Amino acid sequence: MWIGIAIAVVTITGIALAAGLVLGFISRRLPGNSGDLVERVNELLPQTQCAQCGYPGCRPYATAIVDDSAPVNLCPPGGDETVRRLAALLGREPLPVATSASPASPGCVAVIDESLCIGCSWCRDACPVDAITGAHHFMHTVIASECTGCELCVARCPVDCIAMAAAR
Amino acid sequence: MTDLILILVATVLVNNFLLVRFLGLCPFLGVSRNLEAAFGMSLATAFVLTLSSAVSYLLHEYLLVPLELEYLRTISFILVIAASVQFTEIMVRRLSPLLNEVLGIYIPLIATNCAVLGVALLNVQEAKGFAQSVFFGFGASAGFALVLVMFAAVREKLISADIPLPFRGTAIALVTAGIMSLAFMGFSGMARP
Repeated sequence: MWIGIAIAVVTITGIALAAGLVLGFISRRLPGNSGDLVERVNELLPQTQCAQCGYPGCRPYATAIVDDSAPVNLCPPGGDETVRRLAALLGREPLPVATSASPASPGCVAVIDESLCIGCSWCRDACPVDAITGAHHFMHTVIASECTGCELCVARCPVDCIAMAAAR
Repeated sequence: MTDLILILVATVLVNNFLLVRFLGLCPFLGVSRNLEAAFGMSLATAFVLTLSSAVSYLLHEYLLVPLELEYLRTISFILVIAASVQFTEIMVRRLSPLLNEVLGIYIPLIATNCAVLGVALLNVQEAKGFAQSVFFGFGASAGFALVLVMFAAVREKLISADIPLPFRGTAIALVTAGIMSLAFMGFSGMARP
């Protein structure tokens, strides 16, 4: 009986292992074309998916960068460091980070006005880096060290209690 | 050769997986709002279905049966299907970023498509050979594609139709699916030569 169980376990493990090896092999050997470069550019972006660059996510922005239809400096959460890395990868000139449509400049963090907060948690659910803490119907606050300034929470607040302020 | 053609006709029309066997309804209702997405999804599902039905058959015939481990077929078929889906996702992402935009989210859902597992298990239950299994998988995916594209086309037309309020959305979609199913059941008369 134990032999039977052992054989079954080894077989299933073997199938899973074989599948994993095949997939890994294919993943490395498939020609990436521009896909490879898009992947590498995407890996340098902060994955905040905040759409401040004007594209609906980090990967579409990475694709646009590789297609040469977008400059490398559109990502505020990435900051200057990301611009430098992208410029180095692609052989382009690093530029200062483009400011987003709102008056907030890069390096800002969101601040919740606690006198107005109603604890609805819409902002907390919108934050892609979990920088807002607070339970439902309790006070919410932004953890400044975690905030990337992506501004996704500002629009969500129904009482308009979130503003962008310069990071200290 | 004729029995392979017969298997194709049988799985595409007579025993259509979506409308007669009622397998794989999740993407049927989920991805059929948009004709382009439906077409892409059916291509991806076709690829996964055919590949996994072939590999599942080989796995069952040459690994599970000799080791007397047939009772492990469900879990090992699921492993094969998951690997095929991941393979498809890698291929789509590398070879067609455009298709990836449309479909990227839906590809992992193919792993939970019961038609894929259904084909693999039916191949084993009905003790088919290798060629028959592959044709069965291909026929199942062709039938799936046919119905999915038809349904997406109908749903796109439904958007501009004057539908009573209680029926709008999923309700009218399900009614439409039911009527299509009735139509496809009419093919069952073809089974007798």
